[in-house]
Amino acid sequence: MAELLAKYNYWIYALLLCVGFYGMMTKGNLMKKLIAMNIFQWAVIFYFISIGAKKGGTVPIIPGGHGGGHVVVEATSFINPLPHVLMLTAIVVGVATTGIALALLIKIYKRWGTLEEEEVLQRLRDRDEVKG
Amino acid sequence: MGIMAQLPALIVVTPLLLAFLVYLVGIFRPRLSYPLVLLGTSLSFIFSLGILYQVLHSSAPLSYHLGGWEPPWGIEYRIDHLNALVLAAVAAVAWLVVLFAKGLVDREIELQKQPHLYTLLLLEITGLFGITVTGDMFNLYVLLEIASFSAYALIAMGGRGAAFAAFRYVIFGTIGACAYLLSVGYLYILSGSLNMADLKGIIPGLLHSKALLVGFAFMVMGVGIKMGIFPLHSWLPDAYTLAPSAVAALLAPLFTKVGAYVIVRVTYGVFPLSFSVKDYPAAEALGWLAIGGVIFGCVMALAQRDLKRMLCYLIVAEMGYILMGVATGNRTGITGAVLHIVNDAFMMACLFTVVGAIHYVRGTRDLDDLKYLHIQMPLTSAVLVVGGLAVVGIPPLCGFFSKWYLILGAVEARRWGMVAVLLLSSLLNAIVFFRLIERAYLEVQPAEAFVPNGGTHLKVKLDSLPKGMIFSLLLLASALLFLGLFSGTIVKEIIYPFVNGL
Repeated sequence: MAELLAKYNYWIYALLLCVGFYGMMTKGNLMKKLIAMNIFQWAVIFYFISIGAKKGGTVPIIPGGHGGGHVVVEATSFINPLPHVLMLTAIVVGVATTGIALALLIKIYKRWGTLEEEEVLQRLRDRDEVKG
Repeated sequence: MGIMAQLPALIVVTPLLLAFLVYLVGIFRPRLSYPLVLLGTSLSFIFSLGILYQVLHSSAPLSYHLGGWEPPWGIEYRIDHLNALVLAAVAAVAWLVVLFAKGLVDREIELQKQPHLYTLLLLEITGLFGITVTGDMFNLYVLLEIASFSAYALIAMGGRGAAFAAFRYVIFGTIGACAYLLSVGYLYILSGSLNMADLKGIIPGLLHSKALLVGFAFMVMGVGIKMGIFPLHSWLPDAYTLAPSAVAALLAPLFTKVGAYVIVRVTYGVFPLSFSVKDYPAAEALGWLAIGGVIFGCVMALAQRDLKRMLCYLIVAEMGYILMGVATGNRTGITGAVLHIVNDAFMMACLFTVVGAIHYVRGTRDLDDLKYLHIQMPLTSAVLVVGGLAVVGIPPLCGFFSKWYLILGAVEARRWGMVAVLLLSSLLNAIVFFRLIERAYLEVQPAEAFVPNGGTHLKVKLDSLPKGMIFSLLLLASALLFLGLFSGTIVKEIIYPFVNGL
């Protein structure tokens, strides 16, 4: 039990992932789907951030390390910057996804006057029947 | 030699920079944007051939260090025989489709919006090239998202319901991208590396770890959504059917194939061959997905009336074929999968352009409206026959040869279910295409409906299509033949060096 709790960051990310996935699959409102999608993305970002962090770690800048001198450092006292840097990119990707999705929602709302998935689908089917 | 060494970066940078240029020029001169796109894709095609030439004539894979950072710390573009082949195929198809696209875009998109579409088209091509050349797991994620974003926006430019289909695609695509990113995280925690070549050396020491298996599962799921593997394909038919025809002709053949390339690369280029064959029954599971996909795709294709939607379901089936090759887990099957990636890119581009041409002339994509097609559009219907026969797998067209390797691979792996499905699905494909060919060719010609001048001969005017479209159709059809005729060379010179290195 203590071992499970010690890895609480994984539990939180898994929970957020499930919340996001549940929202995307079950909510009928497209805006809610988009919010759930954001939660899903942020779960992954949270996961990456947490794997880079260390208890008692500090920023990975080595004093006096610049300029050719060899300095012995203990890796455990520095957090790993790489996952955090990766997430800067992933955050940008997330923002771009949200932007595109919002633009699409505006387009859908202008066209159909609603953001309820069922209503849009119904209208699409109606048009098909008229046409066919 | 200077420029030859820079080709791996140039092939990605050229379309990227031209994309911005197209947009800027398009604000003032919308008509100039198309020549720029054609220029960009032509250059990329030439670059890809240069890369292929270099790879064939060097013993080690090309390795390009972005920004001068040494791998495994920096981002590396690493091109071996597999990349080079897929890259050349993608560049060639992109060039041919762009050549074809002008007329369709003029018909479907208003002039002021055309630069937007062309900009996105170039960004899409940038993303696809990037995915193919990169040797870095995280870089692949970013490029996958660049390609996906362009795809979302491009699809949303289509007709009614396109925005809705695109939104669904955004949701699915994001789940896929996040799953891929998670798996990159798992691999990074275990190995401390993001470089594919580096990972290949580290992973064999980690095979006992269950987290590695979870990472692999997320990877296949993520890429599987992007490439439309059954049962994760449900966004695909809607999105590609409702997209503008030119966009569908570019996206449908290429994005799925690049996804398939990533699957091949990850399953056998990053993970060792024994991982999915001996250590875990991953290949077994993928095999069942593939069988399901092929049957589902073929049967659903039979049920469609809209030609474009029919092709979309065929793509689901074709992805099943490629996955089958991957799932055999032996060198023959993987050869078949790689060959099928290339062949299918051309076959699907050929069929999508044919449907685009029919839509261009007749304004409809309904199955029953194919009547008398061979009178009105003799060339297009001939290309339809060539493309159809290639998909069915009639020698000497290219589809036959990749299916041949797939069947041999399945026999070698003793997966008789796969063999049966491969044969059965060829039959189903034959039914799909003979339905089309019957309608296009065999309807009895009415006495006067299409003979306006009272003569027995119709006016012999080639298909009333713009020259670029005719040229592109002819090239695609002949590419199917040449890929078939030279498949032995391709397999021996390009695919075997990759497969034997596994």
